[in-house]
Amino acid sequence: MFKRVEETAGTAITFSFEGKELTARAGDTVAAALLAAGERSLRASAVSASPRGPFCLMGVCFDCLVQIDGVPNRQACMVAVKEGMSVHRQDSEPEAVSL
Amino acid sequence: MSTYDVAIIGAGPAGMAAAIETARAGLSTIVLDEQPAPGGQIYRAIEASGPARTRILGPDYAAGRKLAEDFRASGAHYVAGATVWNIDSELSVDFSLPGGSKQIRAGSIVVATGAIERPTPMPGWTLPGVTTAGGLQILLKAQGLVGDDVVFVGSGPLFWLIAAQMVEAGVKPKAMVETVPRSRYLAALKHLPAALGAASYLRKGMAMIAAVRRAGVPIHTDAKEIRIDGSERVEGVSFTSGGREHQLATTSVALHQGVVPNQQVTRLLRCEHLWNESQHCFVPKLDEAFRTTVAGVYVAGDGAGIGGAKSAALRGRLVGLAIAEKAGKAGPEERRKVAEELAREAKIRPLLETLYAPSPEILSPADDTLVCRCEEVTAGAIRKAVDMGAPGPNQVKSFLRAGMGPCQGRMCGLAVTEIIAARRGEPVSAVDYYRIRPPLKPLALSELAALETDEPVPADIQAEAEAVH
Repeated sequence: MFKRVEETAGTAITFSFEGKELTARAGDTVAAALLAAGERSLRASAVSASPRGPFCLMGVCFDCLVQIDGVPNRQACMVAVKEGMSVHRQDSEPEAVSL
Repeated sequence: MSTYDVAIIGAGPAGMAAAIETARAGLSTIVLDEQPAPGGQIYRAIEASGPARTRILGPDYAAGRKLAEDFRASGAHYVAGATVWNIDSELSVDFSLPGGSKQIRAGSIVVATGAIERPTPMPGWTLPGVTTAGGLQILLKAQGLVGDDVVFVGSGPLFWLIAAQMVEAGVKPKAMVETVPRSRYLAALKHLPAALGAASYLRKGMAMIAAVRRAGVPIHTDAKEIRIDGSERVEGVSFTSGGREHQLATTSVALHQGVVPNQQVTRLLRCEHLWNESQHCFVPKLDEAFRTTVAGVYVAGDGAGIGGAKSAALRGRLVGLAIAEKAGKAGPEERRKVAEELAREAKIRPLLETLYAPSPEILSPADDTLVCRCEEVTAGAIRKAVDMGAPGPNQVKSFLRAGMGPCQGRMCGLAVTEIIAARRGEPVSAVDYYRIRPPLKPLALSELAALETDEPVPADIQAEAEAVH
């Protein structure tokens, strides 16, 4: 499990992963918020459908790809979590997007 | 399209230091960086870090604050959250921002994209719960998050630094599994006299290892036959050390085998690269002013070869001063002084590079080990492609799709090159690297469609681009 050594000044944020409501802190990336919530696997790999999760946390490995608010292929480690954000596994059924 | 005298890619120590100099010389300067705040990965979240994190991360991290302040005050146009996805030979730079892509043109380009962690192919390295060691440190710097069950596997200064920081945070690692072969110590010893010229680094290194040891963290040395176990996520690590087999149960493994230049931009620009045997990686070919073989393109910081944070800032300053000098806005005296300081910083490198060279196991992964994480290509498949006649990484890419996934070879490129070189019995420099093409990062078609031009962007395309961000 991950612990916070310092309460980031940011306020609590509510978002969801696979429909499950989770809490994050302002200043968290989506990847950090999911790891802090105990989530490890964020997608199935494209070739063998093996489980994958955040690896580099700096935007170079693309293993943390998720769907955010209906848009797939977002790097969870490069997107700041926002109130009400709906995050789904990359391999979930695509969410209807209202543009 | 806006035009700048200087465009700097990356706002780590090198990019910030270069910008401070070019802006001081009165040159119009734009700095494009992917992160929401300046600092790069080494000084990640330096402006937001509170007292607890600053104490845990130590004075070397805190030193970045002054640089970030000077950078903010420099007058350079800093664009946060900007992902550069193409640069052409006319030095036009395309980058993504929330809301769409933009294009600027520059007289000079400074590539300050720093380093990434070396690919570390080993059994089980794609399991959820496995991260790079640097990745864990980013979570600590940016979010104050520390894992309580971490087994570190690998070697290098960062391997010990992060463990020492976790001890300081009161959440000590579960174990250190170090891969340095015993024979390396003797080989490294001959570089000790030179390293004494940078004795403060030696002292810091010894203090970090001592702190981890004192905290009672089990340290396994000369580890071999390493395997990460688990089916849906990490369950443990197996290895041999001290003539015994070990099996550690854990939910978190942090891998580290040193850092290497992030070559994506210099490869995209077709800059010439050379193989650096001591650092075991490619570095762009540079002259004394850090100019690449492509006119107007400079490289500063770890992207020019690994030297660490202080050295990165010094090289950033040197590049900034060189560009100012070329524009007739500075003389050579200051550059000479900074260069002397840089030479002192470099004295520790031969010792570190010898002792902490990548472990033989990750340079020669077993046939069934995945090397390309995106397209799931094994070392054995790469060797087979070589046996069928593939002479280099680009042919292996065509045969197997290695390096063709979303990471575009960042996570496998060096490993693929080494495997091909070993199989062909050729030097790595002859095998070379993937050809990198735009876009440097995947981007939505709607973003391309909304590329800022003189034409007005249709409202529906603009709305779609905004939804993407």
